[in-house]
Amino acid sequence: MTGGAAAKVEAASVERVFREAHGQAVATLVRLFGDITLAEDAVQEAFVVACDRWRSDGIPPSPAGWIVTTARNRAIDDLRRSARGRALHEQLGAVATTSRGSCMDEWRDDGPVRDDQLRLIFTCCHPALRTEHAVALTLRLLGGLSVAEVARSFLVSEPAMAKRLVRAKYKIRAAKIPYRVPEEADLPLRLRSVLSVLYLIYNTGLDGPERASLRSEAIRLARAVVDLMPDEPEAAGLVALMLLNESRLPAHTAGGALVLLRDQDRTKWDRAILSEGHAIVRACIRRGQPGPFQLQAAIQAVHCAAASFQATDWPQIVALYDHLFSMTPTPVIALNRAIAVAEIDGPGAALTTLDAIAPELDGYHLMHAARGTMLRRLGQPDAAAKAFERAAHLAATETDRQFLTHQIRDLAKDTALKQPPGEPTN
Amino acid sequence: MGQYLLSTYVAEGERGGAPNTPEQMQAFMRRVADLEAEMEASGTFVFGGALHDPEAATVLRRGGGELVMTDGPFVESKEHIGGFYIINADDLDAALAWARKVVDAINHPIEVRPFRATGRVKA
Repeated sequence: MTGGAAAKVEAASVERVFREAHGQAVATLVRLFGDITLAEDAVQEAFVVACDRWRSDGIPPSPAGWIVTTARNRAIDDLRRSARGRALHEQLGAVATTSRGSCMDEWRDDGPVRDDQLRLIFTCCHPALRTEHAVALTLRLLGGLSVAEVARSFLVSEPAMAKRLVRAKYKIRAAKIPYRVPEEADLPLRLRSVLSVLYLIYNTGLDGPERASLRSEAIRLARAVVDLMPDEPEAAGLVALMLLNESRLPAHTAGGALVLLRDQDRTKWDRAILSEGHAIVRACIRRGQPGPFQLQAAIQAVHCAAASFQATDWPQIVALYDHLFSMTPTPVIALNRAIAVAEIDGPGAALTTLDAIAPELDGYHLMHAARGTMLRRLGQPDAAAKAFERAAHLAATETDRQFLTHQIRDLAKDTALKQPPGEPTN
Repeated sequence: MGQYLLSTYVAEGERGGAPNTPEQMQAFMRRVADLEAEMEASGTFVFGGALHDPEAATVLRRGGGELVMTDGPFVESKEHIGGFYIINADDLDAALAWARKVVDAINHPIEVRPFRATGRVKA
């Protein structure tokens, strides 16, 4: 390779276009051949051809159509060559394998081809698959990430991730997990499973700069779900939730250190992303079919609408948490509600709630961090230090650990200043 | 079309979801009978039933040419298979829909497991 600057740019855009077309291509190939591994391998081979061809001939007008055609032809050739393939070929009959050639004319960006992606999302995120397998499969097949990239994102070795993917595909085949959009009656549960997988991918992308691409991938896939299922407000709610979180990220760290919402420089928030998120939340409210993701997005929208931490509409936030808790009564929602309550009724009231849910969330660092914050505000530095230490011990990322260690150091300063115990200063 | 094993596990001394009073028992039996009739009518039912306690089981194995019998189940465990259905279903979603009905009828968890092969092995 000569490695000129122009060629490098070209390679990067080939990679980008390919990744965007990957999900569509695999999905269509799965429909044509009924076999995920075959589809995955054929699309991989098509990528090798694309890298070569596109760099000299340019990117075709319909990259996904080009990949489907190339991958289909590869798959047919492979099928004819192998014994297993010949058996499969007979099983499949004429539908997929009648002729090599172009399927560009049958390629359209709507209709059955569009639905292919949706079918594949529902297969990958089937609730009968364990979540970590669904996440890995979604990133590999729909996100177009390589096995090595998926492995890196979840801090497991490449062979371990490969094994995970093989197991997931084995279960799909052996148990006959169907390749179709679920029926109306099953849709709420199944869609929730899809959206949870995408949200988990997004949140994993928050764990460090090297995982940032997971966030854009999750947003891209969630937007695709909204596109494909415009009648499902929860999908839109998830997009809004991710966008509103995304808009605050520029202020979320300073010099690598975590900055709490109350201390963030709000001028750094990304206004364009923020207003898109707000617009989606407003549209969701107009539809009047609230669900857990829409309510979480609404809570973030209230935070994002405030000019300062003090100016936040806390009663509105607590009301939204109440609504959310009535739908999904989890201790984590109770925790977040308690943190909001502290801004209205003070840290004492919040601490009472936190102590009540503490046994259930004993392994969750944010519960201990919240207790530490309340205890500090109540002028109990020793108890606060203990809580922050426990939180630091449980924290999953280095950034969180550093932040909590700083909290403990600040406590020592509080004590040195001999602040009178009792009422908080803010 | 595939075949699936829907099995239920019961803890030692417990009778899977079976109620205590005669009235509850009657309602339980009716739910199960209705469900089995529904399975039968739709061509879903292949075979099924409730098993005796594991104490009634015998394990056979070849040990040095001798046929050895052991009193009791394969694995000494607190939980044992209590009963099962074998059903026909087009895919996992269809099998899960039946499993949900079984869960509701017997008020007990169900494991859904696909068969690799069924019927008589032909030489």
